[in-house]
Amino acid sequence: MMHTAELLQAFAAHRGDAIVVPGRGGRHWVKLTAHETLDVPLGDPAMGGHAGFALGLAIAQPNRRVVLFDSEGDILMSLGMLATIAEQAPPNFYHFLLDNECYATTGGQPVPNASNVAYDTVARGAGYPRAFAFTELTDFTTNLPGILAQPGPVFVALKVLPEVENEPIGRRSRWNTRSRDKVVQDLRGELGLPSLASKSAL
Amino acid sequence: MNDATTTALSPETVLQHMKQNGVTDVVWLPDSETNWLYMLMQAEPSLRLIGVTREGHACSIAAGLHAGGRKPLILIQNTGMMESGDSIRGWLLGMNVPVVLMVGYRGWTRHGVNADTAATYTERFLMAFGINYYLVESDADASRITVAFEEAARTQRPVVVLVGDEYHGFNR
Repeated sequence: MMHTAELLQAFAAHRGDAIVVPGRGGRHWVKLTAHETLDVPLGDPAMGGHAGFALGLAIAQPNRRVVLFDSEGDILMSLGMLATIAEQAPPNFYHFLLDNECYATTGGQPVPNASNVAYDTVARGAGYPRAFAFTELTDFTTNLPGILAQPGPVFVALKVLPEVENEPIGRRSRWNTRSRDKVVQDLRGELGLPSLASKSAL
Repeated sequence: MNDATTTALSPETVLQHMKQNGVTDVVWLPDSETNWLYMLMQAEPSLRLIGVTREGHACSIAAGLHAGGRKPLILIQNTGMMESGDSIRGWLLGMNVPVVLMVGYRGWTRHGVNADTAATYTERFLMAFGINYYLVESDADASRITVAFEEAARTQRPVVVLVGDEYHGFNR
């Protein structure tokens, strides 16, 4: 099992100018990033959707690598998304999965069949041409440059230690330093896209 | 199915409005209103079709496409729209995505007597979410599609076009 912060730190050295959707690794990534305006930390707009959002970005920005840190709870809600991603086959899409085997934000209850789902096998079965799985940080860091050198879509399942939260949501410390509107505006600015009319999130 | 069988909403008309409004990607799941439209879209080189397996997936994909500079359209059925409630809330309304959803209005009848609860709850669902919508039954109504695109851009919110033409022009 890996610490999410450590594997993200290992990835940061290879990030280059990739767009990073940190998903549930966002609380660590915001402290590690060296290119905040290419980060898309959204928190959790609606569970199960990070892979779709990152797919949309990858299709929209084909000349830019898009790296997603998804979670097993999210992808279990949207397994069919793997087939959609595999069919679209964006060569710039790198799909990392943080698998802590539980719903950490609700107290650590196990996801269904928590220890027995081979997500790399599921991804390969859905049509991803390349899929990997790592449980140890040294293996991950050794193989990471080679993985990022391959064309996407690539799927990488990573076993991570749960970071369980038991505080009521209203009492938890907020790690996001920017609103979702600001995150998207910053990204679009970095990509040379027109600014959007700003509105408050509902 | 509507009761106005004299005219139909042709898929060619719908495609024309998509192109006229600069749609780049159609994120969709098949429904009984749109089969002929699917065949036309497939043959249209300016459109990318992104098939999903559950309608809620279309919301997050559309949000990512929009953030990255594309102009998606979502094409689903009312049943799937209702299934997608939390994704509509979080990914479309919460992210201020100015996307048009063309939604097949399964069970629609003009007289209001229907045998399909999919129709019963469609407009109530949209009202509950505060999403504006336009009904399109025939080519004569098609200008409302462009009205929906204009409203989405002006308000930075999703707008729905309800397609009340099952088994007519879209399924010749």
